Amino acid sequence: MTDLADLSIAAAGSGLRGGEFTARDLTDAVLTRAAITEAHLHAYLTLDQEGARAAADAADADFSAGTDRGPLQGIPIAVKDNMVTRGIETTAGSKILAGYVPPYNATVVDRLHGQGVVIVGKTNLDEFAMGSSTENSAFGPTRNPWNTDRVPGGSSGGSAAAVAVGSALGALGSDTGGSIRQPASLCGLVGVKPTYGVVSRYGLIAFASSLDQIGPFARNVRDAATLLEAVAGFDIHDATSYRGDTPDISSLMDAGVEGMKIGIVSELAGDGIDPEVNAACRHMYDALSDAGADLREVSLPATEYALSAYYLIAPAEASANLARFDGVRYGLRVDGETTEDMMSNTRAEGFGPEVIRRILLGTYALSAGYYEAFYGQAQRVRTLLRNEFADAYARVDVLVSPTSPTTAFAIGEKTSDPLSMYFADVCTIASNLGGDPSGSIPIGFDGDGMPIGFQIMAPALHEAQLFRLAAAVERLAGVDARPALATSEVRPA
Amino acid sequence: MPAEIDIAKVAKLARLALSQEELDLYGSQLEDILEHAERVGALPTEGVPPTSHPLPMTNAFRADEVRPSLERDEVLEQAPARQGEYFRVPKILGDT
Repeated sequence: MTDLADLSIAAAGSGLRGGEFTARDLTDAVLTRAAITEAHLHAYLTLDQEGARAAADAADADFSAGTDRGPLQGIPIAVKDNMVTRGIETTAGSKILAGYVPPYNATVVDRLHGQGVVIVGKTNLDEFAMGSSTENSAFGPTRNPWNTDRVPGGSSGGSAAAVAVGSALGALGSDTGGSIRQPASLCGLVGVKPTYGVVSRYGLIAFASSLDQIGPFARNVRDAATLLEAVAGFDIHDATSYRGDTPDISSLMDAGVEGMKIGIVSELAGDGIDPEVNAACRHMYDALSDAGADLREVSLPATEYALSAYYLIAPAEASANLARFDGVRYGLRVDGETTEDMMSNTRAEGFGPEVIRRILLGTYALSAGYYEAFYGQAQRVRTLLRNEFADAYARVDVLVSPTSPTTAFAIGEKTSDPLSMYFADVCTIASNLGGDPSGSIPIGFDGDGMPIGFQIMAPALHEAQLFRLAAAVERLAGVDARPALATSEVRPA
Repeated sequence: MPAEIDIAKVAKLARLALSQEELDLYGSQLEDILEHAERVGALPTEGVPPTSHPLPMTNAFRADEVRPSLERDEVLEQAPARQGEYFRVPKILGDT
């Protein structure tokens, strides 16, 4: 019999409604899985066992009373620890917020609660979501369930590891330059960054406000759509929330790819991409072509400059956003003679090296004399990039590429060279600069058994096209392997 | 483009009390990163407007209605130091 922790969200929902098991059974199975796997992975910063069991019991009471709040009622979901949770410690992976217990919920957390979701806990991340490996967490790294000597990707590495191993059935992450899609790719999951503004950022601890978006991790495309539908929609508390109708997400998932116009991004198909990753993507292009899709190469020359523009824009915004961590209202305080000394001491002590690096970079890029050459120029390159994408989307429905230039790399491999770590985002960054939706779908494994992800990019608010192709890619790839660590024979080390 | 970064000045602007050793390390790392980031200067952008935000939106208004705010005590409880209903900080004005 399948362990309940290995069920998809859809299958668990059917089982709950068919009376095969209770939400409490399901939550207990997930907590048991976490008890086995956490010693190996460290996916969670906080496991809320008590809260999870109480929420499961409440979901069961609702089922008994005939109240159905939707497809996520009673489903155990994990939340990245940069989304605030009332009464539950929220650190963003930073020592500067250790012990912080928020007095309010992020809008996405309220939405999950309102739909009867069981929130299992808060997942590990690179400090303030800055990183591509989850090694920048002040509380220690998360490991990849497929090989615990490798990174899970980042910054949402804890969410990815939890869903891959079954210590949650789905999870929320945040994506500023690839922080959902890259860990999804490295952990063999579906991960989606929706159109900017489609999911509220209220209560998401801000990294780079014009780039940050919350999105789902799941083990299949259908589950990812369900989770995204649960959190999408206008929110009065977020001034940048999209005010139009919430875009269609899942109505085309059975439409197939016949006649779909798919552009392969030339600049992301050659140099710098691992040969095995390239080969797996080419294999998928052929399969899509055989299935009736119309594939063609599309050149987007400005993507070559996207990484450079991103590493000016994101740190610039971060340097402003992180000014709020000053030892006055919450979190760490390190004393000083004056208030300014106290602030400077607190920040130097409370922030880790990558966060300090980016604050310095952003402060410099915004400072008098350099603003135009760096930040101003990066914003203009952002416009050029958006124009190129708009031109491309006049000719094709979606764009595709690898998600990550490599599969999961070894823990410690890139920590001493910040720039080499930044290249992990080379394929994912353009969608953040453009504000467009994109997602990663698992399509196979490399020779070491590490997952390979396939990236789909779509025009703003065309999530339906993204999910249409994602569903087709999932069917064609037929990946159904699970990490050995997810099998219940594994016992604590 | 600048060859040298006055890293001590940048750290002061960012309110980061770093040691000389840290300043040297971050200074050299920043030079490497900026060398790569400077590539943005290679693209001709004359007449191209900057993009600061992905959504074509201007002002976002909401109805001016009274709504409950956060519980004051719950908020103050998170402060490293408080005095009554206030956040407490060291002295702000210097002697000089």
